[in-house]
Amino acid sequence: MPEVLKIKNLHQTFEQGTVNENRVLRGIDLNLEAGDFVTIIGSNGAGKSTLLNSIAGTLPIQEGQIILKGTDITKLPVTKRAKNISRVFQDPKMGTAVRLTVEENLALAMKRGQHRRFRPGVKSQDRKFFKKQLAQLNLNLENRLETEIGLLSGGQRQAITLLMATLQRPDLILLDEHTAALDPQTSITVMQLTEKLISEQHLTAFMVTHNMEDAIRYGNRLIMLHQGRVEIDLAGEDKQNLTVPKLMELFQKHVGSGLEDDTILLA
Amino acid sequence: MAIGVYLTFRILDLADMTAEGSFPLGGAVATMCIIKGINPILATIAAFIGGLIAGLVTGILNTKLRIPSLLAGIITMTGLYSITSRVMQNAANVSLLGKKTVFTIAQNWGLSRNNAVIAMGLIIALLVIMLLVVFFKTEIGLAMRATGDNPQMSAANGIKTQGMKILGYMISNGCIALSGGLLAQNNGFADLNSGVGTLVIGLASIIIAEVLIRNLSIGGRLLTLVVGAIIYRLILALVFQMNVEPSDAKLASALVLVVCLTLPNFHLPRNLKGGKQNARSTKD
Repeated sequence: MPEVLKIKNLHQTFEQGTVNENRVLRGIDLNLEAGDFVTIIGSNGAGKSTLLNSIAGTLPIQEGQIILKGTDITKLPVTKRAKNISRVFQDPKMGTAVRLTVEENLALAMKRGQHRRFRPGVKSQDRKFFKKQLAQLNLNLENRLETEIGLLSGGQRQAITLLMATLQRPDLILLDEHTAALDPQTSITVMQLTEKLISEQHLTAFMVTHNMEDAIRYGNRLIMLHQGRVEIDLAGEDKQNLTVPKLMELFQKHVGSGLEDDTILLA
Repeated sequence: MAIGVYLTFRILDLADMTAEGSFPLGGAVATMCIIKGINPILATIAAFIGGLIAGLVTGILNTKLRIPSLLAGIITMTGLYSITSRVMQNAANVSLLGKKTVFTIAQNWGLSRNNAVIAMGLIIALLVIMLLVVFFKTEIGLAMRATGDNPQMSAANGIKTQGMKILGYMISNGCIALSGGLLAQNNGFADLNSGVGTLVIGLASIIIAEVLIRNLSIGGRLLTLVVGAIIYRLILALVFQMNVEPSDAKLASALVLVVCLTLPNFHLPRNLKGGKQNARSTKD
């Protein structure tokens, strides 16, 4: 299996050199192979979002190295990484431009990381393609191409964001608690869609979640972060046989203390 | 004018004070070009280019040097005062008496002076709107609108948000300088101090337009701005009918703007909700 992402000894420290110094990531080493669908769990402050932000490029990297498909992207800005990495945010408002129509948002995503020119933004053949793509969401969005995104519900927007993230196949897709802001039913719909898109396009994915059951149910590999380190890394059969109690037990064995914040983990 | 302000204020979600500097700059550039014997249409285009450059400066200050947009605009505006003064060869105003302007061109078609102004004004406004509508539907135009709407998402989709902001500042100030150039030709002189209060006029037009007509396509929104600007002028004319001292004019127009901004909150809460929420959600 070819390697897609390699993270070497990644450190991130906030407020360095002050009393508030916070070492959020303390040496992360990870290798992702093509088609890996990794779910990441961990309590608040474990470094999940920081890890994702470091990969996406929204946080400059202080120490360590990130290599994507053999290219060192450690120093590249967000816009340069966008060609190969797409992202779905937790807040449905974050992933789309609300004053733009559905088709305009999709057109923007089609050109992710490419050069933009003075050409019509939405062409008629694009429209046909968008309709086909929207139809597979089963949300009746295929006839609302010219609706402003701001008028759609959170679930609909999140589904569109997912579609936008995969319209142009990314090398890596980052999902940052992308179902956390949705109601349970919509959350299931969006998760199923996520799995479908990832498996259809054979994408390599990182999914941060607060939901242990989701973390166990989806993906082929599970990582638990604790205090800026990878504490648990399970793949294959180990991952398949995992249950929530087993995971809790594993965690206690690794960390050596009880899970004070298991309420947060299970939320 | 209003269209220029609209671009930064609504599309890019920035209040750009450069307007107060690029407006007289446009007037000065157009006037001096005409006096030098340059074709008035070319002179008007030169005014537009002057505005582009002013916008470029503010854009660079704001994005590359990370000066907050309001301050960046004020800095450019202040600097432009000297530059405009230079352009006008240190005169406070320069007359265009007896010179050919874009409006005399229209008069040559056999129109009366007033009709010529209206015809030329409408032609140029429609032309600008048409160009902008086409532009906003291009890949770059979409990217610019997305930048103002949701910078994080735009960056995540590989849009160079800084470049888009700079381009937005440029086009916006180009439009404002263009209107400055037209007004100077209409008035028959360029005035170094004509910029004072232009931002207020622009904002007033936008707000009146948005209160009257909501939820339109991008082209429709730009068209309503023209209506908004005319209505604002009418309201002002009404106010001046009530024997307001000329020196109180700016106070009166500021008060009109306050009324325009607050009235809808009292009378049209439902009507306003949609737009306001949208505007806010982009800032969340």
